[in-house]
Amino acid sequence: MSITRHRLFYPGVLLLVLLVSNVFFTPTFFNLRMQDGHLYGSLIDIVRNGAPLLIVAVGMTFVIATGGIDLSVGAVMAISGAVATHHIAGLSNQDSTAGVLTAVGMALGFCLLLGLWNGILVAVVGIQPIIATLILMVAGRGVAQWITDGQIITVNSPAYKLIGGGYKLALPFAIFLAIAVLVFAAVISRRSALGMLIESVGGNAEASRLAGIRSRGLILLAYVFSGFCAGLAGLMISSNVSSADANNTGLFYELDAILAVVIGGTALIGGRYFLVGTLVGALTIQTLTTTILTIGINPNATLLFKAFVVFVMCLIQSPAFRAKVFRRRQRPASPPAAPASKEQHVRVPA
Amino acid sequence: MSTAVLDKRPTGLPRVSQRYFPVLATLLLLVLMYLFGTFQYEGFASGQGVANLFIDNSYLIVVAVGMTFVILTGGIDLSVGAVVGLSTMVASTLLEDRGWSALLVIPVVLLIGCTLGGLMGAVIHYYEIQPFIVTLAGMFLARGLCYVISTDSQSITDGLYSDIALKTIPLGGGVVITYSVIVALAAVLVAYMVLHYTRLGRNVYAMGGSKQSAMLMGLPVARTTIAVYTISGFCAALGGILFSFYALSGSPNTAIGLELDAIAAVVIGGTLLIGGSGFVLGSVIGVLVLGLIQTIITFANLESYFTRITIGLLLFAFILLQRLVFARRSPGS
Amino acid sequence: MASAASSPVVQMTGIRKEFPGVKALDGVDLRLFAGEVHALMGENGAGKSTLIKVLTGVYTIDGGEIRLGGEPVLFSSPLQAQQAGVSTVYQEVNLCTNLSVAENIFIGREPRRMGAINWREMRRRAREALERVDLHIDVSQPLSSYSIAIQQMVAIARAVDISAQVLILDEPTSSLDQGEVQQLFRVMRQLKAEGLAIVFVSHFLEQIYEITDRMTVLRNGQLVGEWMTSELPQVELVSKMIGRDLATLEALEGENKRTLTALENATPVIQAKGVGRKGSVEPFDLSVYPGEVVGLAGLLGSGRTEVARLMFGADRADSGDFLVDGKPTHLRTPRAATSQGIAFTSENRRTEGLVGELTVRENIILALQAARGWTRPISRKRQDELVDEYIKALDIRPANPEQQVRNLSGGNQQKVLLARWLITRPKLLILDEPTRGIDVGAKAQIQKLVVSLSEEGMSVLFISAELEEVLRLSHKVEVLRDRRIIAELANDEGMTVEKIVETIAGDSREEVRA
Repeated sequence: MSITRHRLFYPGVLLLVLLVSNVFFTPTFFNLRMQDGHLYGSLIDIVRNGAPLLIVAVGMTFVIATGGIDLSVGAVMAISGAVATHHIAGLSNQDSTAGVLTAVGMALGFCLLLGLWNGILVAVVGIQPIIATLILMVAGRGVAQWITDGQIITVNSPAYKLIGGGYKLALPFAIFLAIAVLVFAAVISRRSALGMLIESVGGNAEASRLAGIRSRGLILLAYVFSGFCAGLAGLMISSNVSSADANNTGLFYELDAILAVVIGGTALIGGRYFLVGTLVGALTIQTLTTTILTIGINPNATLLFKAFVVFVMCLIQSPAFRAKVFRRRQRPASPPAAPASKEQHVRVPA
Repeated sequence: MSTAVLDKRPTGLPRVSQRYFPVLATLLLLVLMYLFGTFQYEGFASGQGVANLFIDNSYLIVVAVGMTFVILTGGIDLSVGAVVGLSTMVASTLLEDRGWSALLVIPVVLLIGCTLGGLMGAVIHYYEIQPFIVTLAGMFLARGLCYVISTDSQSITDGLYSDIALKTIPLGGGVVITYSVIVALAAVLVAYMVLHYTRLGRNVYAMGGSKQSAMLMGLPVARTTIAVYTISGFCAALGGILFSFYALSGSPNTAIGLELDAIAAVVIGGTLLIGGSGFVLGSVIGVLVLGLIQTIITFANLESYFTRITIGLLLFAFILLQRLVFARRSPGS
Repeated sequence: MASAASSPVVQMTGIRKEFPGVKALDGVDLRLFAGEVHALMGENGAGKSTLIKVLTGVYTIDGGEIRLGGEPVLFSSPLQAQQAGVSTVYQEVNLCTNLSVAENIFIGREPRRMGAINWREMRRRAREALERVDLHIDVSQPLSSYSIAIQQMVAIARAVDISAQVLILDEPTSSLDQGEVQQLFRVMRQLKAEGLAIVFVSHFLEQIYEITDRMTVLRNGQLVGEWMTSELPQVELVSKMIGRDLATLEALEGENKRTLTALENATPVIQAKGVGRKGSVEPFDLSVYPGEVVGLAGLLGSGRTEVARLMFGADRADSGDFLVDGKPTHLRTPRAATSQGIAFTSENRRTEGLVGELTVRENIILALQAARGWTRPISRKRQDELVDEYIKALDIRPANPEQQVRNLSGGNQQKVLLARWLITRPKLLILDEPTRGIDVGAKAQIQKLVVSLSEEGMSVLFISAELEEVLRLSHKVEVLRDRRIIAELANDEGMTVEKIVETIAGDSREEVRA
């Protein structure tokens, strides 16, 4: 099996090309320097700014692996930031560790509940995931604004600032958080049987049922974890700017997170998931954003590129596309079950 | 007679109301909300108040009409908000920077919308990719194009354009409406005719009922899929033009999240998200419910964010209602 | 019209159709005559549905010739076949139940006036079309508000209205009750009298003998022959359908009769009392004793799979009780069944058995892991031991536990599925067609395995379309017909395949003739 067949080959090449191409515009792109005991450089920026996306994408990976999707993560991020800053803003000493920890606990606890809500709608009530999570996607930002009373809450709390904007051991604290979530997710899911059972449910729900797997709990867990991840990411973003903007925190994050997961090779229909792939996907998206910023192109042009990437990734994943392009290599192993799906040409026989 | 054996009808809800039940529930909701506003707030009930409901939401009505087609086939179109935004940008740029005539700009904008929609429909059908993800790419594309055109908003000063935008039509009793309302209502009427009196329209319902059956009955599934996304693209572009009438400007941030409002309106209007059942008039009622929520919240001096929360709750209620009322009908697969 | 019977409306000769690795049809002939009902008979994999799909333009043929009214034709889509006069009504009614009855008859060809659909005219013509099938219902109501039987009639009305010369009814009766079947038959007789050629596929032998004039029997993609229904006794028909595949029997020499002694005092591993499910299988009693192999014999559609699924909780029984080891137990979900030591391999390996994306190892440990829950993983070392042991014991090839299971051959996939359950050490193993579609070697291995498992004390419920296999392996045989267990036969000295065939086919008609 050649290296080009590895599922991380193309995403990896894409990431490398993006990174290297930066050198042409910013010769110092790969430089790292120490200043005031902190490490600075473009690479550090990419990882730090990409940390919240990575965390959301890790949660999304599990939801997608079950065959679902979570559209509400952006709104949950906004709620999380709103809950935490609202609590901190009301403290007499905004920098008190206990107060900040309480705020963080409240925010994450609330987000766990929101994840549970999504999970219940999908696994218990039986609503399609896209639609079930759409409800929170629509209402969530309203809830966040309700909490902040429609204002942008600003806090002055170095302790809170640490989460998304602080440094530890010369590196941004956000990086440690992201690594911690990634490692936690990988260890929990791969050391226990969770990962395999989720892949089984996402890969073939009926076969899993007949093997005696109780999928309901697994699906619930995936949505709860996704809610937790979105909550943590929301805290990081709000902490980085020491404020909570209910309107804009986490806007379009659901789409970026889905994109990161898909670039990483996890199929949208569920089944096998790849956390390392998600890492590469999230870094690619962040590198792209950073590159476009440093080159000086309008930052929003990233959307065009994302459109292109989504399109290409989908085509590659589409069996119909593969069948059309690689017709000789891909032959069905069994007679097709359904009649040909092509539009029928009318030709009355002689 | 022999048919006695066969003529077994399900018991439970009377059959007529089952199909119309969600729409009737929404209509009832609309009336109750209106009555609530009337008794609760002074100056709520007025002819112009009702007219404003249409004026302020004309673009959303048009977008929701397009979305109804897509959802009736069991699909979804996330790109409509971005296409609305793109349309306002293309219109304002062509009118102001290039000095094109409004009579030329409008067809160009509509053509762009149709092309985008048609392409998405083709990809969805021929490559069998989920509509959700294809239209997501379309959304990125259209929104990205907005920002490529310009990151700033631009006012529209073109004479003909602002004439159309600002001119009002008196309905008597001091009540006026805009041309946008006429356009929106015309779109609804055309959509109604297409859905109920053309083969295309019936194929849309058939596909939503069961794509597999539609195929086996020899219906043109490919053509229908491409058509509904083209229609949705057209409606989004038309909605964009109406929005630029309304705002008299083009902005790359226009209508972010509008797709959610459109989907909510369609669902609240009684269309099943799995497709095959629903009415375009229901979607109009859905839009009016959303508009009325906004109005009531303004009258109640509540913050605007309660609008979103209320819409979310309504969405929840109606999705639950769909599951209860249509629990017996399994989605065609 | 009667004179047309001399030359066939449809003449298919030497039809061949191959799928990668499978000869689905190998030189099959079929003749359909106007004014006749023609039964297409055969077991699973005989090629019935492929033949129908060839005739209706869903598949194109690789060889042979189709003549319609004497002219050679080649359909490349169902629509084309429809327009040439060949219409099909499938078992799972392929209509849009959300649309009105009238629309379902006319969709795609609605009457129009000035470009717009003329609803009034459509309803009028729909009532006319339904008139032909003797149905008088409100055509403006959605189809979903009527029973499956009426939906079936509407489908037939649609087919007939699209100028059908040939009407294919693919298992139309499988979800109808007795009265509804009679209604359908009345319509079929009427259409027959009008000169239509009708193809009728059904698993119910009594229906075949009641309504059809002529029959074609297929087996393993090959033509067995064509007979007038009245000239082929039921027993002969069944043995022609089942065939005598002696090649696979050498695997189990000498072990012909398998009786279990001293069962009377033992407690059954599982006992079903009056267990049934509406529309699926009639209430039945069934006991399986420790170490006993119970065979389920019956034709396709007789309810054998349905019995198995009820015993495993894959479908929920709506009547009756289960006793597991003598204790009343609910078996409402597969999970409940597995926790009672019951295991089940489905006949649909790919869709209901394996998770194709996962590896051989993961598929093998899946059920054991599911029973332990995700928080108590089986250590990788233990996994490897278990998996290696069973790969060796069952001779799974390639012997690579990290291979994706979808890349394995059918026989090896079946062994993986068996291994999955064997490592859970079940008390009762339910095997639904475990040897179907796999090569002879793997088949013999699986048969041997069943024998040795039962010798070790495991109980097995064994389903197979091959009666020799059932007879070889089972201590007793439950015979099913028309979704009922009609007999329990001890596999003692006098038992033969012929006797089982007679029991399956046996009806009053036979006795009268004798």
